[in-house]
Amino acid sequence: MKKYLISLLFILSSISPSIAQAPEMADAMRSNGKIYVVVAVLTIVLAGVLFYLISLDSKISKLEKELKD
Amino acid sequence: MLKLSWWKYLTMALLFYTLIVGLLSDVPRLDIVNESIRNLYFHVPMWFGMIIILLVSMVYAIKYLRSNQELHDIYAVEAANVGILFGILGLVTGMVWAQFTWGTFWHGDPKQNASAIALLIYLAYSVLRSSLEDEQQRAKISAVYNIFAFATLIPLLFILPRLTASMHPGNGGNPGFNSYDLDSRMRMVFYPAVIAWTLLGWWLVSLRVRFSKAKNQLRTEAHAAQSEQLIND
Repeated sequence: MKKYLISLLFILSSISPSIAQAPEMADAMRSNGKIYVVVAVLTIVLAGVLFYLISLDSKISKLEKELKD
Repeated sequence: MLKLSWWKYLTMALLFYTLIVGLLSDVPRLDIVNESIRNLYFHVPMWFGMIIILLVSMVYAIKYLRSNQELHDIYAVEAANVGILFGILGLVTGMVWAQFTWGTFWHGDPKQNASAIALLIYLAYSVLRSSLEDEQQRAKISAVYNIFAFATLIPLLFILPRLTASMHPGNGGNPGFNSYDLDSRMRMVFYPAVIAWTLLGWWLVSLRVRFSKAKNQLRTEAHAAQSEQLIND
């Protein structure tokens, strides 16, 4: 009986490191000190500002068209 | 769907390239500056953009003096406004960078002081314009001032800081042309970044010019309607 217990412990202890290891996830955004998060945020900010600029551009275009008529 | 000119798409593509590649690409590993070396893609293009846009402003000031066309004056003033915006952004980003590499926000570096003086000279341009009532007089006097302002910008930013010790790279002594220790990997982002930010500045200038033109047209139409009514009465 004791032999079985020891062998069971042995098996468990050999498994446990693989249990402690984190399951594989999509960690690209969390690697390198989360710099990719900053890149994502700045890209969103730039996209938002550019979108605003484009809408301003189109508004002025419409105004110019109205003034021409 | 709105149709934009090709250079506006180029501006956006280069800006996204600057931001993403600028933050993720390999850079030289140096003490003190560390990762902040990437500010080269964001702080320095503000100054390059400012100088190019202020040069355009001066060219339009000269054009105005030769032609007396109101449109040239509008281009000159709107380019100067965007140039001032870029200058302020360059100064503030430089202050943040200085705090973490030189130790203080205002280091009193010759280039830092000179660029602040240059900005004050251009702010005086705005003050001068708003103090003149007559439109033609305002356009003419401010065009002359604009030329002198640009003429002082060059020694302030490029000559005086080289005559004394400066913390800015390439200043203090004669840098020549190839002694800039700009890494070839960094050039691949730096040059597109300069083009990107300058084109963005020009986009802003063109929008402001179009807005000014529309406003002026409305004003003259209102004037014409008013005087017509006066004649009828």
